[in-house]
Amino acid sequence: MSSIGTGYDLSVTTFSPDGRVFQIEYAAKAVDNSGTVIGIKCKDGIVLGVEKLIPSKMMLPGSNRRIHAVHRHSGMAVAGLAADGRQIVARAKSEATNYDSVYGDPIPVKELADRVASYVHLCTLYWWLRPFGCGVILGGYDRDGPQLYMVEPSGVSYRYFGAAIGKGRQAAKTEIEKLKLQDLTCRKAVIEVAKISIYGVHDEAKDKDFELEMSWVCDESNRQHEKVPEELLEEAKAAAKLALEEMDAD
Amino acid sequence: MDSVADSQRTLYPYVTGSSVVAIKYKDGILMAADMGGSYGSTLRYKSVERLKPIGKHSLLGASGEISDFQEIMRYLDELILVDNMWDDGNSLGPKEVHNYLTRVMYNRRNKFNPLWNSLVLGGVKKGEKYLGTVNMIGINYEDNHVATGLGNHLARPILRDEWNENLTFEEGVKLLEKCMRVLLYRDRSAVNKIQISKITEEGATVYPPFSLRTYWEFSAFQNPTAGAEGSW
Amino acid sequence: MFRNQYDTDVTTWAPAGRLFQVEYAMEAVKQGSAAIGLRSKTHVVLACVNKANSELSSHQKKIFKVDDHIGVAIAGLTADGRVLSRYMRSECINYNYTYESPLPVGRLVVQLADKAQWQVCTQRSWKRPYGVGLLVAGLDESGAHLYYNCPSGNYFEYQAFAIGSRSQAAKTYLERKFNNFTASSREDLIKDALIATRESLQGEKLKSSVCTIAVVGVGEPFHILDQETVQQLIDTFEIVREEEIAPADPEPAAEQGAAADQGGTENQGGAENQGGSPMDI
Repeated sequence: MSSIGTGYDLSVTTFSPDGRVFQIEYAAKAVDNSGTVIGIKCKDGIVLGVEKLIPSKMMLPGSNRRIHAVHRHSGMAVAGLAADGRQIVARAKSEATNYDSVYGDPIPVKELADRVASYVHLCTLYWWLRPFGCGVILGGYDRDGPQLYMVEPSGVSYRYFGAAIGKGRQAAKTEIEKLKLQDLTCRKAVIEVAKISIYGVHDEAKDKDFELEMSWVCDESNRQHEKVPEELLEEAKAAAKLALEEMDAD
Repeated sequence: MDSVADSQRTLYPYVTGSSVVAIKYKDGILMAADMGGSYGSTLRYKSVERLKPIGKHSLLGASGEISDFQEIMRYLDELILVDNMWDDGNSLGPKEVHNYLTRVMYNRRNKFNPLWNSLVLGGVKKGEKYLGTVNMIGINYEDNHVATGLGNHLARPILRDEWNENLTFEEGVKLLEKCMRVLLYRDRSAVNKIQISKITEEGATVYPPFSLRTYWEFSAFQNPTAGAEGSW
Repeated sequence: MFRNQYDTDVTTWAPAGRLFQVEYAMEAVKQGSAAIGLRSKTHVVLACVNKANSELSSHQKKIFKVDDHIGVAIAGLTADGRVLSRYMRSECINYNYTYESPLPVGRLVVQLADKAQWQVCTQRSWKRPYGVGLLVAGLDESGAHLYYNCPSGNYFEYQAFAIGSRSQAAKTYLERKFNNFTASSREDLIKDALIATRESLQGEKLKSSVCTIAVVGVGEPFHILDQETVQQLIDTFEIVREEEIAPADPEPAAEQGAAADQGGTENQGGAENQGGSPMDI
């Protein structure tokens, strides 16, 4: 990399001569190495899915969660350093409860995404802080319907129909683009997320075991953010494995 | 600088609710309260809900200042929200919520800024029934039956005589109705629009309001001073 | 000389998206003597190897009681470990004051991890990552739990785990057996803890003076077993050991081979094998 050894890449408060802040780009690298995280917006809600890599077989399933509830109606999936992600989630929670206590109404997803993004951005402005080594996908449901945002380590935040970060993001995005999101229900989307994006993207040769972690906010969950019900998750996994086998057979 | 004299604390409540009566019964807890909100001695509000479910395992009944009760509900809603967001298989049970309320009430009274309520907290978790109360100065206890306000004087003697651990739901409701009827007759701030709620292992139910059948023609009601020597 | 410029600050990202200071702090965990934890449905056992600095000194305490239902075993900078145990104790006491019930283990562990995380994301001259790994053992309404807390601010829940120097041998033993631990009795759990401890001693004789054992479980508040009890257990276990080795002849040899491989490099958690940063597990 041309940046290395120039001395312009050691602090987040240093611009390089061609106008880049390398420290932010390096932080983004930590996200790129992570297990894939995807989120999609369907006609009746949001589905979040995480390919959670398991480093040791002695680790218990369900531990070290990467999807967190932020408020009743929204949740966040983290790619990159899980520890950094928790800090962002903690901030998001406090923004959400604070908004609720001031206005007596749940925070709009857009507002929440903006506030989280400002916080992430803040950490790119001072020499004594470092940019977060994680990206988050935020899904929520408010009076304007289901919405999906992604916030990156630089502090940018965009609204998406479908978003993916981590190792397999390219392949995942290609697969998401094939879906007809306008007609897709969340129940179907859960299977799609498991099938195409997680099992399809997971590199069995390179990575060890992984666990599929999924949550949704949709009409079926009464617009509450919750874990995808166990039986549906199992159904989705089975469908994904079947699809994988069929693909291998071809 | 503000001197102590410049700041005034809450010295009396404004809009208040009257007694709450609650008992343990076979499957859980039953609670009763009327729906009146008194502005001093004026019956200002007639449809105030004072029995509220708290999370999955608890039920709260409140008498005293209605606005303080609403503030307490805000504390508890946030408490339960945070508890739920952990989503880790642990949850606050009635004992925990009651103890939390105890700490809040006692803390506020020590700041000479009490929340002007008497609270009843009941619930069931893991087969364990729980019923306790706490008041504006932080006094708290658990019992098989509790009542706040005038209920403490008028309802609990009845409960001491007639309560037992194996009351069915119907018997329990009947017993509470008896208590509420006595309160309706003798507590001037009670109104005849009553709610009953129950909580069991399955969760909480607050039933729609109803009225008690009353009979005002008792001779003692018609001539209240008879036999009351020395009364005016 | 070609020097790594990216490894002196916790606030500097290396080009590959790694934080070297944090990884170095994780090295400190490997310098400390071994700590081991394993759990069944109802019990968690912690064990650690005691090392004295000199013939004239006693060893540092490595297992701490946090509350009746929680205890920790540490590896790495003992002083950092004590700071964190003190924090955990006060969190338990505060929770107990507010709710009159024990703090759920999983929640304490997250609070602890958040505390470690704060050290890792700001750079002040008086701040550095904690150089200690903690095995947190505890019991709550969802059962018995064993967590590992790392200087990076990550935490993991395990059926069984070992950290610290020469812990790989213990881990190899645990990895072979952990599937049965859920159903294990308290005594079997202690036995496996002792065997795992012996593995990490590599040659040195297992005596009650070189190890500490602690237990928490249903109906049994967290406590450290006294030395006589441990010695008694070792004595009974020594018999068991012979029985065990006799039928499974090829295994000890393979085990030694594995242990020897690890001798030099001391691979922790196998995370480095992934090639990426060990932090983003």
